[in-house]
Amino acid sequence: MSGLNELTIAAARDALRTGETTSADLTEACLAAIEGAGALNAFVHKTPEIARERAAAADKRLKAGDAPAMCGIPVGIKDLFCTKGVPSQAASNILKGFKPEYESTVSQQLADAGAVMLGKLNMDEFAMGSSNETSCYGNAVNPWRRGNEDAALTPGGSSGGSASAVAADLCLAATGTDTGGSIRQPAAFVGITGIKPTYGRCSRWGIVAFASSLDQAGPMTKDVRDAAIMLQAMCGHDPKDSTSADIPVPDFEAALTGDIRGKKIGIPREYRMDGMPDEIEKLWADGTAMLKDAGAEIVDISLPHTKYALPAYYVVAPAEASSNLARYDGVRYGHRAKLAQGDGITEMYEKTRAEGFGHEVQRRVMIGTYVLSAGFYDAYYNRARKVRALIKRDFETVFADGVDAILTPATPSAAFGLGEMADADPIAMYLNDVFTVTVNLAGLPGIAVPTGLDRQGLPLGLQLIGRPWEEGDLLNHAYVLERAAGFVSKPAKWW
Amino acid sequence: MSIDTDTARKVAHLARIAVKEEDLPALAGELSAVLAFMEQLNEVDVEGVEPMTSVTPMRLKRREDVVTDGGIQQRILKNAPDAREGFFAVPKVVE
Repeated sequence: MSGLNELTIAAARDALRTGETTSADLTEACLAAIEGAGALNAFVHKTPEIARERAAAADKRLKAGDAPAMCGIPVGIKDLFCTKGVPSQAASNILKGFKPEYESTVSQQLADAGAVMLGKLNMDEFAMGSSNETSCYGNAVNPWRRGNEDAALTPGGSSGGSASAVAADLCLAATGTDTGGSIRQPAAFVGITGIKPTYGRCSRWGIVAFASSLDQAGPMTKDVRDAAIMLQAMCGHDPKDSTSADIPVPDFEAALTGDIRGKKIGIPREYRMDGMPDEIEKLWADGTAMLKDAGAEIVDISLPHTKYALPAYYVVAPAEASSNLARYDGVRYGHRAKLAQGDGITEMYEKTRAEGFGHEVQRRVMIGTYVLSAGFYDAYYNRARKVRALIKRDFETVFADGVDAILTPATPSAAFGLGEMADADPIAMYLNDVFTVTVNLAGLPGIAVPTGLDRQGLPLGLQLIGRPWEEGDLLNHAYVLERAAGFVSKPAKWW
Repeated sequence: MSIDTDTARKVAHLARIAVKEEDLPALAGELSAVLAFMEQLNEVDVEGVEPMTSVTPMRLKRREDVVTDGGIQQRILKNAPDAREGFFAVPKVVE
């Protein structure tokens, strides 16, 4: 069988169960694809020995008839997840050489389900970025290009390596994490599906923390069914994460009925931004029409505090980051600066952190330090937390009015060129998260689905936002949108 | 609220990040730009709104107050840049 690495999880699962293929074959196909895709810089730590070992074990389980859906499926793991004995650096020089003595709950659950880890995936340093350009490993590259141009484009961020790897068929699926849009924006930039579940669905234990009240893990996959299958394996209660929800996980794949008749879809007027490109405008209108044709009721809704989501996020997230990243002090793990004669412990901290953190991470840690400092805590941090409460209330109000899901664009543009934003101010980069960040602030589930191409031939995606804990219903809406849009384009292979 | 060089120096020190003196003006400019963006929050009427502490309205789980792990000193020290005699080693802290 050729192109095993191009299979979806669902197709591979079925082929594995009928004995048409083996996990060993799937794994070799992916390892070969990874070897040939150095130009994408998606996999930054490869683990072929672990992959082959797990594939052999998965094939045994499959033969014995004890095979969960993810059994034997080759996946990539974002570098933010701690994986035992395998470098886990969060794409930062400050964690250079760090090999965890433990495994994150999510990657452990995937392993327990029989999934095969191929290696660790590139990302923005500490997940802070929207273009994968803040990584200590260098940029991950989008497999898509504009028309016949050969300019390298960003796969988005922070889960840029995950996005690039899935879109280029280097793995069947990958894990991502999403603090302000880091699963959904890259998924949209490379034409794949990415879901951020409700806050508390996936355990955060063993995932390098960025902003603990916003961080959630989720799958990045080739289609909606795969998102349902992989999310199922990733979530569930974990006593090691006190914010992990102790509620049952429903069968997400069974929720994909394709029937959304009578469902109410909200179109938030505040997401119609000034200067929105007409292509995005049209994509959104087309998506709305598709859901309407499927029998949903379309309603105009208002989320009045939308405009304040980005500034609130850029107070709350750096504040939490400055606290979380205080642990990188050169004492327990990772990098320690070489000290000069007479340097004390303060110099050790200051030099270590100056050498180990990249520019964007330093900036965010300092912003966070400032907004938490005496005299500014109320003016910035507390005010942002109040605005966050109002943003959440906006969503609660429309859900109480009977709205089942909300449709918005996933990103304000298609993928941009690597380096194109180098001279822009940080705010211009932050605007990438304008449609996604509200969802993190409110703790809601959100999914990006590819629905079209722009005039340069680059993928564009729409976002659906669901009610808390209703990922099944949300995935079903996404499934309807996916089928109606019929997005099947793949990047032409140049790497 | 604009950040001057002195404030930038103070923030860098609070964050324990060494910043060269000549880089402070640029840092102050960057921090000021981000803070100016945040000023928009002052437009919002937050009168009587409680600051959000948890996005999900559930009580944090409590676990039994018992020892569940231990005896893994070597594993804990394994990633340390400098570990000696079973301890993390750091420059002299107390004179």
